[in-house]
Amino acid sequence: MRYSYYPGCSLERNAGAYHTSLMAVAAQLGVEFAEVDDWNCCGATEFIAVNRLRAYALVSRNLALAARQTGGSNGAAKGQLVAPCSACYLNLSKVDHYLSESPALASDVNQALAAGGLSYAPGSLRVRHLLDVLVNDVGYEKVAARVCRPLHGLRVAPYYGCLVVRPGFRERFDDPEYPTSLDRLMRALGATVVDFPLKAHCCGGHMTQISRDVALELIRRLLKNAADYQADLIVTLCPMCQLNLDAFQESVNGLFGTEYRIPILFFTQLMGLAFGLSPAAVGIGKEFIDARPALAKIGAAAPAAAEAAPKRKPRRGDQSLPLPQMSEEE
Amino acid sequence: MATSTSTSRTSDFFREVVAECPVDPRLEACLQCGTCGGSCPSGPDMDHTPRTLFAMIAAGMRDAVLRSNTPWYCVSCYYCMERCPQEIRITDVMYTLKRMAIKAGYSAQTTAPKGPGFAQTFVDHVENYGRSFELGLITRYYLNHRPLDALKMAPLGMGLLKRRRLDLSPRPIRQIEQLKAILDKAREIDAAHAV
Repeated sequence: MRYSYYPGCSLERNAGAYHTSLMAVAAQLGVEFAEVDDWNCCGATEFIAVNRLRAYALVSRNLALAARQTGGSNGAAKGQLVAPCSACYLNLSKVDHYLSESPALASDVNQALAAGGLSYAPGSLRVRHLLDVLVNDVGYEKVAARVCRPLHGLRVAPYYGCLVVRPGFRERFDDPEYPTSLDRLMRALGATVVDFPLKAHCCGGHMTQISRDVALELIRRLLKNAADYQADLIVTLCPMCQLNLDAFQESVNGLFGTEYRIPILFFTQLMGLAFGLSPAAVGIGKEFIDARPALAKIGAAAPAAAEAAPKRKPRRGDQSLPLPQMSEEE
Repeated sequence: MATSTSTSRTSDFFREVVAECPVDPRLEACLQCGTCGGSCPSGPDMDHTPRTLFAMIAAGMRDAVLRSNTPWYCVSCYYCMERCPQEIRITDVMYTLKRMAIKAGYSAQTTAPKGPGFAQTFVDHVENYGRSFELGLITRYYLNHRPLDALKMAPLGMGLLKRRRLDLSPRPIRQIEQLKAILDKAREIDAAHAV
């Protein structure tokens, strides 16, 4: 299986562990990701706030480059463009969708692209998220068959965030309010998936930069939800979600007087560990909240000296009602 | 002018907002049900919920709408858009209001004064390099727009650097001139439409 691959700016550095681990996992599964040559930023959630046509042209350059790269191959199957970042995925698929809907917009965009010797026919690519490809093209069975170090006993909160399941344009592959594909994938790896009602709620996005306290409250809710269900760690599929929950966790603790220490990993990192790869090979060690104590549970801990990390204590004299439990298997 | 038929219900400002959206936002279909505000993660921190804002747009309250923090506090999570019974493209309307606020010179007067500066700084970097450059973005944004908060961000920056999660210099794309030609042309087309 071969796909065009759009890494996006975050995966170049800040979420480098996502790129490393997804490439390692893809190699194990026989999936080939061919990077779009000389791609540019998708504009995140900011470019469109400043100018409409330039934002659409910016994204369309990537679509044009990807279509040119995937085209020519018999013209039979549509080229497929895979993005691992939820914001990139949304921007690429949304622009393609709106260009199809509005011929006037498509004409303006193509006039701009022509200035760079490019063009893009709306709808000529299938834009997919990495998770979609791994669960629907590769499939849970094939993933399960590669597991040699099952994640038994590891309690995982599957965090989807917003953009991978919303809005419901074509090609959306899961429920917009209560998605389950990542849950099933984690079970295929042998992990215990905890119920996580806020699984598709927002991580705060750009609010950490615009109004910090608003963002920290959104992050706090997610951490509390995962802690309430006694998750050992949270898995994400978006660099922004990972950054906000990981790098701002101490700020949340500072503001709210909490003591959360919940590691935030990319789902591909857990896939790699379950496939028997070393923690270093999947970029473990770049997270702010050390994941090694949690990973010790599956015997995948500790490259180098795992200093005795403080063990998480039950956080409160729990006066709330007993929590509902998920059944062990579906 | 947009071809909205329900002119009796709508203002010039309303038609201006609709025309600025990339595709028809279906704003005239709003029932004022409030599902958007109830679904919004930052709703409690907004000075008007999306529902209120749409009523204000219909009423032509241009100044109050463009001054509002509501669009800037939108986290782009699309909950409202997914749940809206009338399938209004709410998130697109929020982006549109941000652009209109900047264009009309409200940047410094909104009740979310950090928003426009952050967006503009981000865009400048992307236009110069073709890709986002986080260290430059954060440094310039804080120094220009909120110097007193810069120290608060220092530990995060150091943490990212220590973990090799931050580049020290930008990595421009190879064909940056091609991208600039495309964006310049887009700017030109925009200007022609505006006449």
